[in-house]
Amino acid sequence: MRSSGQDQQKVHTLWQRLHIDIPLLLGLFTLLALGLFLVYSAGGQDIAVVYRKARSIGVALLGMFIVAQIPPLVYRKWAVPVFVLGLLMLVSVLLFGHVGKGAQRWLDLGFIKFQPSEIMKLIVPIMIAWFVSQDSLPVKISTVVQAFALVLLPTLLIAKQPDLGTSLLIASSGIFVIFLAGASWKLISACVGLASAFVPILWMFLMKPYQKQRVMTFLNPEQDPLGSGYHIIQSKIAIGSGGIEGKGWLQGTQSQLEFLPERHTDFIFSVFSEEFGLIGVAALLAVYLFVVMRGLWIAVNAQHAFTKLLAGSLTLTFFVYVFVNIGMVSGLLPVVGVPLPLVSYGGTSMVTLMLGFGILMAISTHRRFHV
Amino acid sequence: MSPRRVVIRNQSAEANLFARRTFIAFAIVLLVLLILFGNVFNLQVESFEKYQTRSNSNRIKLLPVAPNRGLIYDRNGVLLADNKPVYSLEVIAENVNDIKASVEHVSQLLNISPERQAKFFKSMKSKRRFKPVELHSRLSDQQVALFSVNKHKFPGIFVNARLKRYYPFSDLTTHNLGYVARINRKDAKKLEQEGKSDNYAATYGIGRLGIERYYEDMLHGTIGHQEVEINNQGRVIRTLNYTPPVPGKDLTLTLDIELQMIAKRALSGKRGAVVAMDPRTGGILAMYSNPSFDGNLFVHGISSKNYNKLLNSKDLPLINRSLQGYPPASTVKPFLALTGLEEKIITPETKIHDPGWYQLEGLPNKYRDWKPWGHGMVNLTKAIEQSCNIYFYDLAFKLGITKISNMMEKFGFGDYTGIDIHEESKAIMPSVAWKRERYNKPWYTGETLSVGIGQSYWTVTPLQLTQALTTLVNHGERKVPHLLKANSELIIESSGNAYHQITPTIYEPRAPLKLKDDKNWNVVLEAMHSTVQKFGATAYKPFKGSTYDASGKTGSAQVARIKQDEKYDAKATSENQRDNAMFIAFAPFDKPEIVVAVAIENVAKGGGATNAAPVARQVMDQYFGDRVITSQTHNVKANKNAVTVTTHHEAD
Repeated sequence: MRSSGQDQQKVHTLWQRLHIDIPLLLGLFTLLALGLFLVYSAGGQDIAVVYRKARSIGVALLGMFIVAQIPPLVYRKWAVPVFVLGLLMLVSVLLFGHVGKGAQRWLDLGFIKFQPSEIMKLIVPIMIAWFVSQDSLPVKISTVVQAFALVLLPTLLIAKQPDLGTSLLIASSGIFVIFLAGASWKLISACVGLASAFVPILWMFLMKPYQKQRVMTFLNPEQDPLGSGYHIIQSKIAIGSGGIEGKGWLQGTQSQLEFLPERHTDFIFSVFSEEFGLIGVAALLAVYLFVVMRGLWIAVNAQHAFTKLLAGSLTLTFFVYVFVNIGMVSGLLPVVGVPLPLVSYGGTSMVTLMLGFGILMAISTHRRFHV
Repeated sequence: MSPRRVVIRNQSAEANLFARRTFIAFAIVLLVLLILFGNVFNLQVESFEKYQTRSNSNRIKLLPVAPNRGLIYDRNGVLLADNKPVYSLEVIAENVNDIKASVEHVSQLLNISPERQAKFFKSMKSKRRFKPVELHSRLSDQQVALFSVNKHKFPGIFVNARLKRYYPFSDLTTHNLGYVARINRKDAKKLEQEGKSDNYAATYGIGRLGIERYYEDMLHGTIGHQEVEINNQGRVIRTLNYTPPVPGKDLTLTLDIELQMIAKRALSGKRGAVVAMDPRTGGILAMYSNPSFDGNLFVHGISSKNYNKLLNSKDLPLINRSLQGYPPASTVKPFLALTGLEEKIITPETKIHDPGWYQLEGLPNKYRDWKPWGHGMVNLTKAIEQSCNIYFYDLAFKLGITKISNMMEKFGFGDYTGIDIHEESKAIMPSVAWKRERYNKPWYTGETLSVGIGQSYWTVTPLQLTQALTTLVNHGERKVPHLLKANSELIIESSGNAYHQITPTIYEPRAPLKLKDDKNWNVVLEAMHSTVQKFGATAYKPFKGSTYDASGKTGSAQVARIKQDEKYDAKATSENQRDNAMFIAFAPFDKPEIVVAVAIENVAKGGGATNAAPVARQVMDQYFGDRVITSQTHNVKANKNAVTVTTHHEAD
């Protein structure tokens, strides 16, 4: 950068005026482009699937660009009413929601069907960041407890739908804010202890049979290789058989011959690993690492506690997607419905993620705003 | 929330705290990435081979391809067993929208019975995904055509062509060829034990009975394989590799189908069997057992109604009579005469007096001749020509059972001939040891007398008779009776040239039967010659006018036991208790080319000469056609003074 001189500086300022963070955008473009190629391969080489994904990308980029124009201050102002509205929507989903794939996630407003839980992925970190940044940092214990309560409310409502993946992501986004706000280590260890104690309660009272089955399958997939263990076994075969160099794009037999389930959505990482091998995996993880680093860099350089916390939380939550998705398809974690961020086919989660990156770009480019 | 407070913030302390926490978070991110990468590394590098194998076994399947079964021809190249395409209507349920409606619709179109539909829906329940299920196993050409026109209306339903065995001569060849039937559980178990299951993975049927069974391994061929890539639903995506099956060998039999047809015609309306053999080779020219049945019925799985009909028929069509034992009666007299000469009990000149009966010293039983007033003075030739029982009672008595059975065993009686068909009976050559073992009783001299005229426990198969006669006409040279003449194998050279390599079957000759005096062969053979050629001899009439210088011997076997002093009357005896007619013959006399044995069950009237000899004559007439053969060495003049046969009870 330094050697490029003045021109670079001008360009930089131009992009800054457009509120676009170039390194972050490059990282995102890499992932989105990869997603297009993979969706073509995983979707039975159907170009229509690629077009649909491209359209979602267009919508998502537009959304990101619009969000990036909004000064972060605005989010802080609207945090509470939007949060309350979000909770109301979650409640109404449970009461009148549309059932799809065995879970109540969709709210039909007549002209549009959408998942309130998706919006909550943004609202919760905004809300918690606003809440803990009212006082000076590090956060006090009483604030932490109240913040926890605020996180738990939407988390449980979503878990009830049931949507374990989203509730996990939402809980993480709130917890990350609390962690970054400097919650004391004693408190953190206490919480970890409490969470462990919570597991049996979760197992016995809150988890639905199909969720328990997933956990059982995760512990021993070979127990039922043609039934519940089928997904994870086929996924591991896909990844393992890719080897170091991979079978080549469009050459993955596990995916092309449809042995792999949910190929273009949750299990797209398996398609990628099969076709591009360990080398491809290393490169993909590097891109994700780059995006995370850039996000954390933006967070560290943000000028206010609220924006720091929000940026940090959004970035780390993005990483949780990566971790949970790759972890589950490679047999490290039980299968919960979390897509590979920006790469998997599926418009809703991508749009939400890109809106989050829009907020990151806003934080990165709106440097001066009233404290 | 509390009202807005004025917060005094330490900006740099907060920034430091946040940076520290971010750094920790980043460290955790790195650690997690490392774990993820390590796990993928483990899958893709450490366990690569394991997962590669599993991936391949997911997608690659070996589909067995059945070899074409070898064809069977007669000695002149006439096709006896063919493979014909059979069309079946099959359904892949996964490709049909509304299975019930579609099946009903197509059944209506092709007139498929509700029973077949019910059977189809039953087998649907236990089928595997994307595996076709048969709705109709044998479509007619019309049904195939009708379906083809309407094919577009029935996605997921298709016509499949398979090769199935077809016997163009139907019941004419069944007892020799056997048939191919669907592999049943027992067959499958046997194949498994013999380690042949893999080779039969795609095979529909297996040889049951006859040549089809005996030469199963030769006829079957070697399985081929199609290595295909399949998707998760088992649908074939593409072929990766193809190893073609090796077709089974074609067999050429010694059988002459035209001779076989004549044999069938000659036996029509009778229960019995004809075997014709070439004494120079042991090759069987014709072998027919009447009544027979259509082997084609079994290829497609015979209905229980049809099967019961065959099983319960009192004519026993399922039995191959050519290989079943009959009392030989007088047909074995030439062999007994030869035994007498060999054992020096008699000479050709030895004469005995025949008053019409024979009695053992000290025993009340009278053994009767077929001619109530007897033949007078009888030598060997006359004894055979006239089939004199008294001569042979006396001979048998003097020989004793042991010498008889020892010699008869050398002619192959009482043992398998070794023909290339498994369904062969040994029949019975009685002996002292045999009776002890079978009935745990001593041998009685009276039984020896009965053996002397081919009765008592003695049974022979028509095939054994041809075998023994072959040995006789060959002066002791023994041949292996057989049906397989040659096999032909399709050889494909690497250059692409294909040809049939024909391998004639070689049968190791058996140790010859040696006589102390070789002249005795001709004594007996000449007696058989004059039996046919001499006016007034027992087989003169049936061969009158034949031009190929035949020789032979008649026989008429009692089935029912006739009490002392009782007369046999066919009309008064129930059908299955009536006499059997037997006949053996060979021709020409000098260099025999054909030997024939005939057995006919329960004849209404007459014996071997009137019932069995004409059958042999028809077969021989067909064999020789217009050929005229006269004896070079020997001239038999009709003896005008010979006693003519006029009794109610014909020569046996």
